Amino acid sequence: MAYLDLILFVTLLTLGYVVGQWLEKKHFRSIMEREERYRKLLTFNERFPPKGLKSVNVELVGGNVVISIDYFKRIAAGLRGLIGGRVTAYETLVERARREAILRMKESAHNKGASMIINVRLETASIAKGQKQQIGSVEVYAYGTAIIPG
Amino acid sequence: MRMLVTNIEIIPGKEIKQHLGMVQGNTVRAKHVGRDLMAGIKNVFGGELTGYTELLTEAREEAVNRMISQAETIGANAVINVRFSTSSVTSGAAELFAYGTAVVLE
Repeated sequence: MAYLDLILFVTLLTLGYVVGQWLEKKHFRSIMEREERYRKLLTFNERFPPKGLKSVNVELVGGNVVISIDYFKRIAAGLRGLIGGRVTAYETLVERARREAILRMKESAHNKGASMIINVRLETASIAKGQKQQIGSVEVYAYGTAIIPG
Repeated sequence: MRMLVTNIEIIPGKEIKQHLGMVQGNTVRAKHVGRDLMAGIKNVFGGELTGYTELLTEAREEAVNRMISQAETIGANAVINVRFSTSSVTSGAAELFAYGTAVVLE
């Protein structure tokens, strides 16, 4: 039985490492490509709209994403927790989630014909927090006001 | 008229006629067993948990709609300075909360 457990553990670890790395690289490529596409749509965390805007429509736009960490990274982060220090495994997780949420917000603003997004705020939520069988995931919600020239 | 919802305080080209105070809307959502099963598998490989993304999107919409209906009952036509907030009430559930200032625009 102990052997079976070990085999399962090693399999999950390898699968998590190989597939997880691949998926992460793919996701980062897709993020960079879409960031380039929406580069013209500027986002500001400035609270006030630029002066001189007359007939514009404003609308709240937002985007969210929940991203989970892979098995290998979770174990690696657990080990890192023993020593302390920089947890790179979670750094990339949160970075992916933030950039993806901002991109989704931009996409929805772009579809509405917005010229810019102001007062951008970032929010996180956790639906699985405090449970025993915790899923290492993070939710990011980005929202702001789209300025739509009308 | 459609309710104008925004998270800025000054709306370009429009003037605030009357402030009606704060309005709010909230909802508490627990995770779903079916969605959880998929999340368990995703947990090995990592990546987006689409089920949860949808769950939280719906929950935020719900909170915003409740806030809007509260604003409608007091006769506002816009909600400005909207903020979102979350808290975990109990394990496995999240509260999503939206609040803002109800105003009457010119």
